[in-house]
Amino acid sequence: MEIINAFALIINYIIIPGLTYGCQLALGALGVTIIYTVLRFSNFAHGELMSFGAMTSILITWIISYFGISIFPLPTVILALPISILITISYCLLVDKFCFKYHREKNSKNVISLIVSIGVMFFTSGLIRVLIGPNDRTINDGERFIISAREFKEITGLTEGISLKLSQSITIIVSIIAVVLLFWFLNKTKTGKSMRAYSDNKDLALLSGIKTENIIFYTWLITGTLACIAGTLYGLDKSYKPFTYLQLVLPIFAAAIVGGIGNPVGAIIGGFVISFSELLITFSYNKFLSYLIPINFLPEGSLQLLSTNYKIAISFIILVLVLILKPTGIYKGKLL
Amino acid sequence: MKTDFISEKKYINSYFVCAFLFLLVGLFQSWNVAFSILNLCLISSIMSIGINIQWGNSGIVNFGVMGFAAIGGLCGVLISMPPTLEVWKDGTAIILIILFSFLISGILIKKFWKIFVHNKHLKILLSIIIILFSLYLIKSIFIPSTNFIENTNSAKTGYIGGLNLPIILSWPIAGLFCGVIAFLIGKIALGLRSDYLAIATLGISEIIIYIIKNEEWLARGVKNVNGLPRPVPYEIDLQKNEFLQIISETLNLSVIEFSSLIVKSLYSILFILVLLIIFFLLQKAIKSPWGRMMRAVRDNEISAEAMGINVKKRHLQVFIIGSAIIGISGAMLTTLDGQFTPSSYQPLRYTFLIWIMVIIGGSGNNHGAIIGGFAIWFFWIQAEPIGIFLIELITIFLSDQNEMKLYLLNHAAYMRLLLMGLVLILALRFFPKGIIEEEKRL
Repeated sequence: MEIINAFALIINYIIIPGLTYGCQLALGALGVTIIYTVLRFSNFAHGELMSFGAMTSILITWIISYFGISIFPLPTVILALPISILITISYCLLVDKFCFKYHREKNSKNVISLIVSIGVMFFTSGLIRVLIGPNDRTINDGERFIISAREFKEITGLTEGISLKLSQSITIIVSIIAVVLLFWFLNKTKTGKSMRAYSDNKDLALLSGIKTENIIFYTWLITGTLACIAGTLYGLDKSYKPFTYLQLVLPIFAAAIVGGIGNPVGAIIGGFVISFSELLITFSYNKFLSYLIPINFLPEGSLQLLSTNYKIAISFIILVLVLILKPTGIYKGKLL
Repeated sequence: MKTDFISEKKYINSYFVCAFLFLLVGLFQSWNVAFSILNLCLISSIMSIGINIQWGNSGIVNFGVMGFAAIGGLCGVLISMPPTLEVWKDGTAIILIILFSFLISGILIKKFWKIFVHNKHLKILLSIIIILFSLYLIKSIFIPSTNFIENTNSAKTGYIGGLNLPIILSWPIAGLFCGVIAFLIGKIALGLRSDYLAIATLGISEIIIYIIKNEEWLARGVKNVNGLPRPVPYEIDLQKNEFLQIISETLNLSVIEFSSLIVKSLYSILFILVLLIIFFLLQKAIKSPWGRMMRAVRDNEISAEAMGINVKKRHLQVFIIGSAIIGISGAMLTTLDGQFTPSSYQPLRYTFLIWIMVIIGGSGNNHGAIIGGFAIWFFWIQAEPIGIFLIELITIFLSDQNEMKLYLLNHAAYMRLLLMGLVLILALRFFPKGIIEEEKRL
């Protein structure tokens, strides 16, 4: 019984939140990685693109609920998601046309594109704040819990409860669907294959008749979709605050680089590495150990590697360590 | 020498435009506003000179401006504030500082192992021992002593305090200290290329901010340090001065306004002095063979290396110099504010805005960096009125009670982000060389 309680504790405080946050990071990192492999620059505006996606989802949800449409147990955002994905994709394509295209055709250094992406970041964050304001917005209007900690305790009779929020399960399910579709697209369809060919060897791809325009279009299509889904899911899980998305950029880069930038599988693995190490390092193990070993043998004081204040800093530390010690990441991504 | 003449004329014109803008603000808004904008413009200019020497002259992408500015500000606190005697008397603080530096150097030791230890298993064993030992040190000495410091008179001090020296001394010391930190960062990170270096320095600067925010024994963390001593007299003392009272009466200004004007202009004079010193030293360096070498490294690393230049060493050198300059400006900023607020350090404001200044001003040219600092900071402050004006212009056909118009006017403050992004994108596209081009040297 004690052991089951310890496991329940771990599942509740580490595995469920870790999976959710990991999914959000992985979706973001996939977007960054795809832009990096095809267009060859680090897109600092990706966080704001996610925020833009979340914002359009909220605006469309407002319109939908104005007409009184709802799918109650589920949040209305799910209905709004397809439309907001389309809007985010068109925004991405517009941004590309007016900002990145010129530098791509001029063959500017990739640092210049990076600085342009910072301009896009400023512009988008300004646009978001003008359109929706800087305040906190809750998106989740559906059922809060699938199973709450109290219900779980009553059913199983354990002292530790496991709670599963609806938003968490939606995040995990939608992410799995998105990732499966993405890999199907990249590995099975002709366009996906030509995209991979283009990222692998640009000149050879052009020589075999692959059109650059098409590749760029599909790249932004995928990036916009992923950014919108990731942003909306993050907002759904934690309530939408525009400024948090700027702070998400570095964890996303950390995930992409830890996995090996340019490798989609790496991006997913990286997302989970970052999210779980954040939770595992800042988790206080006192209660967990109290179930496993007799109280007399418990060490004094809190058994925490780093205080929870450093939670976000952990992703930066991992990022810097990986960059210095093994810049290619776990999956041997591309190296600049 | 015709080209020289043209570029010289252009930057003199730009300085005149800047002066004219300040005159406008002084006449139409108020001289107090004009001087507070000027002071921050000067600090921003110094920061952008720091980035310019790294990016414009040697092509290093340093996104860690925020971290170095914060370290500079921290120096301001640690130099100028009175020491907290209770924690120094029994030596807790000294132990803590030694331990802290030991822990930081412990991370670096790994870098130097290569010289002594060659066995892979021995390396792993040693690193495990070091990690366990430092964990033991943290548990047994570090945490109790930090708790002790943070709990001594926590409402007022609760940190180790400073050295009680004049705050102006903190400016050169901040430069030195940031130089040392930049040496450590550069040693481990400068091997990375462009994009990776940008991300790494951004990450490192975030880590620095996290440490300053959370290690309350160092500088009170998010509780802020207020009331830093000043290098200039206080307004209240000036108001008591009879001579100044007479002058303010003849100038037809209130004494309060006049005294704050004097204080602000004194700051401006100090900052202009620092700016001029840094500027002339750098101009000398850039025109010397050293500057030529740096440009050679920037333009083509491989051929520079072939010519026998040690590219790594040059990069490290310039990284240290630029970061030291940013550190100096960080200390100046804290001096001007009179307080140290770690939570105010945001990458948007301290890293990316400074980068916009360098790009807009014209990278590779120190005049450009100064003008860029002035122009962008001016624009950043004045973007709200400009935004309101633009919204009025766009919605000119709508009535004043129109909800959309009112909504947009309420959010006009955020127009500055939007406009800044637009300016950067347009600048990179239509005048990538900036306001003042890099001088062509024959």
